[in-house]
Amino acid sequence: MIGKKVIFRSRGLPLLLLAPQLLVILVFFFWPAGQAVYQAFHLADPFGQHFEYVGLDNFRRLFNSPEYYASLWATTVFSAGVAIVSLGSGLLLAAFVDHVRRGRAVYKSLIIWPYAVAPVLAGVLWLFLFHPIYGVVAFALARIGIGWNPLLNSNQAMALVVMAAAWKQVSYNFVFFLAGLQAIPRSVLEAAAIDGAGPLYRFRTIVLPLLTPTTFFLLVINLVYAFFDTFGIIHAVTHGGPGGATNILVYKVFADGFIGQDLGSSAAQSIVLMVIVVSLTVLQFRFLERKVHYG
Amino acid sequence: MIENNRLLSLFAHIFLLLGVATVGFPLYYAFVGASLPIQEVLQVPMPLIPGDRLLENMATAWDRGSFGRQLINSAIMATVIAAGKITISLLSAFAITYFRFPCRTLAFWAIFVTLMLPIEVRIVPTYEVAANAFAPLAWLLTVTGIDDLFGGRITANLQWSLLDSYAGLTLPLIASATATFLFRQFYLTIPDDLAEAAKIDGAGPMRFFRDVLLPLSTTNIAALAVILFVFGWNQYLWPLLITTDPSMTTVVVGVARLIPGPEPLPAWNVAMAGGLVALLPPVLVVLLMQHWFVKGLVDTEK
Repeated sequence: MIGKKVIFRSRGLPLLLLAPQLLVILVFFFWPAGQAVYQAFHLADPFGQHFEYVGLDNFRRLFNSPEYYASLWATTVFSAGVAIVSLGSGLLLAAFVDHVRRGRAVYKSLIIWPYAVAPVLAGVLWLFLFHPIYGVVAFALARIGIGWNPLLNSNQAMALVVMAAAWKQVSYNFVFFLAGLQAIPRSVLEAAAIDGAGPLYRFRTIVLPLLTPTTFFLLVINLVYAFFDTFGIIHAVTHGGPGGATNILVYKVFADGFIGQDLGSSAAQSIVLMVIVVSLTVLQFRFLERKVHYG
Repeated sequence: MIENNRLLSLFAHIFLLLGVATVGFPLYYAFVGASLPIQEVLQVPMPLIPGDRLLENMATAWDRGSFGRQLINSAIMATVIAAGKITISLLSAFAITYFRFPCRTLAFWAIFVTLMLPIEVRIVPTYEVAANAFAPLAWLLTVTGIDDLFGGRITANLQWSLLDSYAGLTLPLIASATATFLFRQFYLTIPDDLAEAAKIDGAGPMRFFRDVLLPLSTTNIAALAVILFVFGWNQYLWPLLITTDPSMTTVVVGVARLIPGPEPLPAWNVAMAGGLVALLPPVLVVLLMQHWFVKGLVDTEK
């Protein structure tokens, strides 16, 4: 931990300054996180009054349940889809905005705004657009002979939530890719151009490698987004259906805990999610640390 | 621009226009839907030219939920979360960068781990603690045996429910330390000479904080305020759980409740009108504060 050379000397004051932060995180972060761990190893009676220690039973139950594997799979497909679509489009849009001379500011504003739309509202907008009866896209698809009903067809349901979630995230990736592109020294690209490298070749051999740190960072951020922030999209559009096809992990924690009242299982699922998000964070920090070394 | 390639530029503009159209179409479609009477919004295919019922549909959406109240709730929630996080983070970052005190490293790590776990992960126990925020205190009193001295009467009386309250909407979401690390990193870049000079001039730590650190931090504060406002406004899962009274919930939750089910005349026009009302404030904040928004993003995450 890097510190300051000049410091103020006081014992009480720093603790006083820290008190609000510590109080809030103790009550609303550490206590609930601890409770999740406690409940994961216990079974509660239906009223949640008495807890019986059951060791790893909740986890065993979880990992023996086909539903949980289905949910893991749905999460994998969903987050991979969101990451690929939103990273790909974000990068393309950023590359072109970086390229054009005129209208850059206008394009930027027009691409940035979905960031500010709540995921649940993104879900509502896309459901309306793709509604099997009233949506204009369903109508267009029917015209070319594709029966579209995301409320019944599980692949279509997945496609719809991926699109809604990716749409919201494109703007975020765009901002970072654009910042990354603008940080690339012009002189390097100019030198390559003088050597006869065309724009596509330059993009592939110079720009893309220099963007790897940004891309890796964004990949982690996008995965965390797809894992956790997309609850609203699922809740508004598919409710985890049809037949559990879009029942991603964070939705299942909610459904099992609040609708199913299965505290033990919900807590065990929370623990698994914690492990996932902590691993992602650690991964990111290790990578960023390396990035610092190699510039 | 390295070389003047007209064809490539033309292609770039075409691609960008298509991209912008794709990004904007859901909003345009919602806007058209929100401006039509119900017979037309349910036509297949729906007309793509706006009608004249926008205000009327917004008024209907307003009446169905407690929209006015929910808008105020959203504004309060987003503002309190942004202001709360920024305030406690400015203070705690100051404490961990400018002071040496026992348990400093412990405090640092305690704050640091909160970066990792979003509220969605610990949603059930966080709800329980919101139902009685004194639960940790009661547990402490029981475990230490203090409560036994009073015959168990204290813990029995310790009740503080945050359900359906602004405290419940905001406090659990303030409990993460993103902002603390941004400010800490920023403080570390401030030359030590400034603190030295302030000390020589006889300024105490709080004076230094107020007269030197705060003014230097304004850009960071503005950038963070935009992002945290949007973050707070767009919360869905937490307000959905913590509020049962429709007049205490937020507008984003209110709009989700307007999504029509399988009824004979699904009021999509009203749902879309409500959606526009709910998404406009954060979108405007981001567009108007674009400069700070981008700065805040790139600075906080890297």
